[in-house]
Amino acid sequence: MVSFVLPRLVGLRGPVRRSVSVAERNVAALRSAYWIVLVSGLFEPMLYLLSIGVGVGALVGDLSLPGGRVVSYAAFVAPAMLAASAMSGALAETTFNFFGKMKYMKLYDGILATPVQPFEIALGELGWAMLRGTLYSAVFLAVMVAMDLTSPSRALLALPAAVLVGFAFGGLGMTISTFMRSWQDFDLLGSVQFTLFLFSGTFVPAEAYPSVLRWVVEASPLYRAVDLIRGITVAGAGVSQLVDVLYLVAVLAFGLVVAGRRMGRLLCK
Amino acid sequence: MSKDGVLIRARGLVKRFGDFVAVDGIDVEVRAGEAFGFLGPNGAGKSSTMRMIGCVSPPSGGELQILGMDPRRDGPAIRARLGVCPQLDNLDPELTVRENLTTYARYFGIPRRTARERATELLEFVQLAERANSKVEPLSGGMKRRLTIARALVNEPDIVLLDEPTTGLDPQARHLVWERLFRLKQQGVTLVLTTHYMDEAEQLCDRLVVMDGGRIVAEGSPRELIERYSTREVVELRFGAEGQETFAGKLAGIGERTEVLPDRILLYVADGDAAVAEVHARALAPASVLVRRSSLEDVFLHLTGRTLVD
Repeated sequence: MVSFVLPRLVGLRGPVRRSVSVAERNVAALRSAYWIVLVSGLFEPMLYLLSIGVGVGALVGDLSLPGGRVVSYAAFVAPAMLAASAMSGALAETTFNFFGKMKYMKLYDGILATPVQPFEIALGELGWAMLRGTLYSAVFLAVMVAMDLTSPSRALLALPAAVLVGFAFGGLGMTISTFMRSWQDFDLLGSVQFTLFLFSGTFVPAEAYPSVLRWVVEASPLYRAVDLIRGITVAGAGVSQLVDVLYLVAVLAFGLVVAGRRMGRLLCK
Repeated sequence: MSKDGVLIRARGLVKRFGDFVAVDGIDVEVRAGEAFGFLGPNGAGKSSTMRMIGCVSPPSGGELQILGMDPRRDGPAIRARLGVCPQLDNLDPELTVRENLTTYARYFGIPRRTARERATELLEFVQLAERANSKVEPLSGGMKRRLTIARALVNEPDIVLLDEPTTGLDPQARHLVWERLFRLKQQGVTLVLTTHYMDEAEQLCDRLVVMDGGRIVAEGSPRELIERYSTREVVELRFGAEGQETFAGKLAGIGERTEVLPDRILLYVADGDAAVAEVHARALAPASVLVRRSSLEDVFLHLTGRTLVD
């Protein structure tokens, strides 16, 4: 009997170990064509930064932020691109890849026959998505420092913030995946994601919108992410950034719990 | 394990999906070291039962105890000691044959080094050592099934659950799978399998239950079941195109029982040759005559009035 009671007393070790084993599987899969997907995610935000931040920025000139600071348009757009790439990287991994593994490869059916539980799969997949997202963010921040769009110390502080953004969207993505019926539903997700990308204070300050619309924009998760990272890297952090952090942590917790539960219901019928 | 060596014990076990009752109160006991089978047609409730035993599907009612534990509470601890070979292969297409085993071992918390050693041994055991570094996709159906069986053994399980282990395989591939499973049985591994092939059940199972419509309709060893529910021999008669019904009446009194199927008539008799002589003595000329021993197919036909594979 002792041997059965002990594992439960040890508590967290089992779940964490099992979550890690789920992430490990993705490391093994890297040797397949999957790495191409990873590399492509690295370049997308840079292309936006160069084309719009620097290119369009030359036409726009400088911007004055609500705090009174005046910054170049590229410096205004760069943190938004970082937040948006953390979002899209996390969503790609937790929607498209996650759904494919769950519905088509039936990977999780195999995994659930082992001691691994639905919540642990969710945690493992999310952890992996974040590892990938952290790498992207670090590279992007290095580019920002090199282009003199932020300082090295601000960049260091922005990295954990970008990881939090990724975690929040990752949790959300997994929850969305459990509601997806087929690949067609992903078109809808793509549209929503693109709308967020365009209107979350990314290319234009939210203050530029009519007040009703501004409320909507400021409640969106990507706006909170942009606000957080822009505050750290360019503008200066305040109460607003504390709200951002709390908001994103809440989204993450909600996502993980709902996704774990829904997976249990979908796969353990 | 409980003292009497019972590894799986179900009492009045029920599985419902909405209004549909897939498993309708079954009692089952599986003892250590035996090969236990669930025999029945598609939709009999075999797979639902297997999923409940595999602790991936919560029972809707009744009692279920596996390795002395409760699946509702101790799912991970039970699954750590089970090996599962599902009906549809769910191998990882992005990994190689070997990685499918080593990665799976990690889900059980098996150290990497041990995982690699076991993968090598198991690939040898299922005769896939030469394909170790191949992807899964190009493998044949039989090879994939053997790899899935190897994967089910990676944690050295106390019980191996096999859901329709040879469905969809060609005869040669089936025999190879049977041969490997028989080897496992000899090593003392407890096997629980479902099948709708009576020859599979006869070859592999020490004891089995016949399921139909979510219930157990008979239980015993293959031989016991045949002795109890069938005769020693069966004569199969085919009467050309006129339809079998016309002749059924003329066969009355030969043997213990007659079954009229769309394409043939079965006579259940103690002595096949004597029965055939009697058929000819009645001036009947069937297009073909076959005398064979009774099988589980006959048991199933007798118990349910239907054939196993429709």
